[in-house]
Amino acid sequence: MGGFFTDTFLTALLFGAVTAAIPLLLAGLGEQMSEKAGVLNIGIEGMMITGAYIGFVGAYYSGSFWIGFIAGAAGGMAVASLMALLCVRFGLNQIVIGIALTLGLEGLTSLLHHFQFSRSYPRLPAAEVTPIPLLSDIPVLGPALFRHHLIVYLAVAMVGVMIWVYKRTQFGLNLQAAGDKPAALDVAGIDVIRTRTVAVLFTGGMAGIGGAYLANVGAGLFIPFITNGAGFLGIVLAMLARGRPVWVLVGALIFGGCLSMTTAAQVAGIRIPTDVIQMLPFLAVMAMLVLFGRRAGLPAALGIPYERGAR
Amino acid sequence: MEQTQAGPAIVSLEGVTKRFPGIVANDRVDLDIRAGEVHVLLGENGAGKSTLISMLSGLQQPDDGRILIDGVEMPIRSPSHALSLGIGTVFQHNMLVPTLTVAENLALGGRWWQRPRIAELTARVAEIARPLGIDINLGARVSELSLGEQQQVEIVRALLRDSRLLILDEATSMLTPKGIAELGALMRRLVERGLAVVFITHKLGEAADFGDRVSVLKLGRKVGEITSERLRMLERAALVDEIVAMMFGRQAGADEISIPPRAANDDALLEVRELSMAETSDAPGLDRISFAIGHGEILGIAGIDGNGQKQLAEALAGQRPTDSGSVMLAGQALDGLDVGGRRKRGLRYLTDDRLGEGTVGTFPVSINYFLKQIGEPPLWRSGMERTREIDARAIELTRRYDVRTPGISTPVGRLSGGNIQKVLIARELADGARAVIFNKPTYGLDLANTLATRQRVRDIAGQGLAVLLISTDLEELLSMCHRIAVISQGRLVGIVSNGDRAGERVGRLMIGLAA
Ligand SMILES: Nc1ncnc2c1ncn2[C@@H]1O[C@H](COP(=O)(O)OP(=O)(O)OP(=O)(O)O)[C@@H](O)[C@H]1O
Ligand SMILES: [Mg+2]
Repeated sequence: MGGFFTDTFLTALLFGAVTAAIPLLLAGLGEQMSEKAGVLNIGIEGMMITGAYIGFVGAYYSGSFWIGFIAGAAGGMAVASLMALLCVRFGLNQIVIGIALTLGLEGLTSLLHHFQFSRSYPRLPAAEVTPIPLLSDIPVLGPALFRHHLIVYLAVAMVGVMIWVYKRTQFGLNLQAAGDKPAALDVAGIDVIRTRTVAVLFTGGMAGIGGAYLANVGAGLFIPFITNGAGFLGIVLAMLARGRPVWVLVGALIFGGCLSMTTAAQVAGIRIPTDVIQMLPFLAVMAMLVLFGRRAGLPAALGIPYERGAR
Repeated sequence: MEQTQAGPAIVSLEGVTKRFPGIVANDRVDLDIRAGEVHVLLGENGAGKSTLISMLSGLQQPDDGRILIDGVEMPIRSPSHALSLGIGTVFQHNMLVPTLTVAENLALGGRWWQRPRIAELTARVAEIARPLGIDINLGARVSELSLGEQQQVEIVRALLRDSRLLILDEATSMLTPKGIAELGALMRRLVERGLAVVFITHKLGEAADFGDRVSVLKLGRKVGEITSERLRMLERAALVDEIVAMMFGRQAGADEISIPPRAANDDALLEVRELSMAETSDAPGLDRISFAIGHGEILGIAGIDGNGQKQLAEALAGQRPTDSGSVMLAGQALDGLDVGGRRKRGLRYLTDDRLGEGTVGTFPVSINYFLKQIGEPPLWRSGMERTREIDARAIELTRRYDVRTPGISTPVGRLSGGNIQKVLIARELADGARAVIFNKPTYGLDLANTLATRQRVRDIAGQGLAVLLISTDLEELLSMCHRIAVISQGRLVGIVSNGDRAGERVGRLMIGLAA
């Protein structure tokens, strides 16, 4: 049982927390934009698994992680464009379509993987790390937080970008209006359908990169169903964050910490049944819902398709 | 009426028809909208005025007929197309985003890559709003403004864009008499600059005062037009008579005064003592409000919109917490009871926000009648909806209150404003009402419905109920109240008995003088 709190263990725990948090952060930030615009994007899990698969294939054949991320984003956006077409343009039920897309793409990616690699699970080399000068030399924290792939820092920087978009840009206003009172946006001369479509595509891109990160950097390989609910956790994060990107980051780190705990505790050989440990992230979800869920103020038009002139 | 040189038609409708399931909202309407003219559109609730506007502003497409801009056929494809053609609209139903600030709402519609130009806006808004006597707090969140203030914001927004055609769909319904007069003067200045204005109202006086040309719609058809030449010739009274004849085919006494008689029983039925509530940064509070209303008495609350009327109504109804004071109904204290508890005791509240908080727009008319009894017997038994029972009662209420709806399963949001109001009245007066609070009960109603609603309020008092009538329309209060209290910045500054010179005395109180 010894060594639970050794430096190496703590470093591994924190490093794992960040690695687990990044896909959640990307998914949560992505989902947040859809929700702001009034679209409950349940298909995000399907976008993520597609991003994971296409991203893996891209990285595997090109040998470049960046191409993997771009491919992942493209995959996620392809699924998102289908969602946007059905739910935003044609006004079909967002929950039904979202679930259908998720289930369908989980199946499809498994099938494609099977055709391509049959029963083998080829691995990618370890991702190249970009240490941040000075900071990465801090004991314990340095290697845990500041020796990651460049995309990790970019993902965290996205929090700032999103705050800027929501607070400072015309597009941020448009998004909020699309979610709270789409008719008001429409009569102001901004196309609601287009605004929501952009938001859904952004969600797809972010979820796709998140999926690619999860497979390529987090696991180093693709296995069917690898996202394992990460997209849904992204939805929970976006709901709890009440439109504030910073809270998505905080939530992602908490969930990431729990996920990392489960692996770390197993590695350290702590004698708690693994089943109990694996419940941790979900207990965290429950706890956060109890603490903050009550106050979750959601956009008034969330989940309601917009049709011009209808009353 | 001043001489205005009417220009050519900048927008013309030719045989425009619009159908909705079960109704022809516009039936082969022809209309010319000319530069330099205020074109007043009149018609009863449900006549199709707003539908016509929605086609001009790109929200709906006509099923038949065509729209010409400067004499050239030009389908208006979308709201942004309408704006680019220079058509600016203030819609009947609020089109502001409640969660954004006033400034952000005004900035809405800018190019997406731009930053909202708040500073630039501030200057332009001041320039437009000052001559109108409008004072807007750009930093306030829209949800915290009264409906009247929101309407002012919408008017300013429409003026911010340099439109050639400005459409005002019942934009005066929430303004004060002074605000309305100023808006009239502004319209005059705008048409003198060569703009065209379409002005929809239910108040014939406004039509006569501000209009250069009047068109009347009835059941979707255009039934008459008074040209500007003729309008200049007519005396005001003759004009009003002619319009009334066109609209209703009969003479109607709009300003008839009739105060319901009451027994000399002065026991207070509804009594309010020292009710107080702290003010917030954007809404006034309540400052030790006290009054009593007897059996069968109508007490009016006069005042300029946004002086605490809504806060008072909501505090009485139990929708807003108060800091101190008490409310007694028939000798029993209501303090601490929530909305449902107060309702059960017989205190009823008819909100002015009919679509927002009064009804659920997507629910059928039938369910909206019983919205506050959902889950309770006899209409619900062990959690089950008793459809047949509900429908039978709904049909009865629809008949009794003369609700014009295609059917009881029609979503209430599809009805015209006046008919939504009738659904609300029907609901709130049911089962054991003792005291009723009306907040602007006739706002947005046409003349016939306004008179019917006023009569209904009188009848309610006639049955011995206590009535609190909040209104910004002084004529309305004078036409039916026993006493009129004046509210100013959350304080009752005086109570006047209705009678000789009451209007003058209330008016003096409203502008801050002693009665
Ligand atoms: N989107 C819609 N769907 C179905 N019916 C509609 C729709 N819009 C309007 N109607 C119906 O068309 C008719 C005309 O409505 P409209 O709102 O144009 O009346 P209005 O003259 O503006 O009345 P008010 O003075 O009460 O505002 C009404 O019977 C209304 O129920
Ligand atoms: Mg209307």
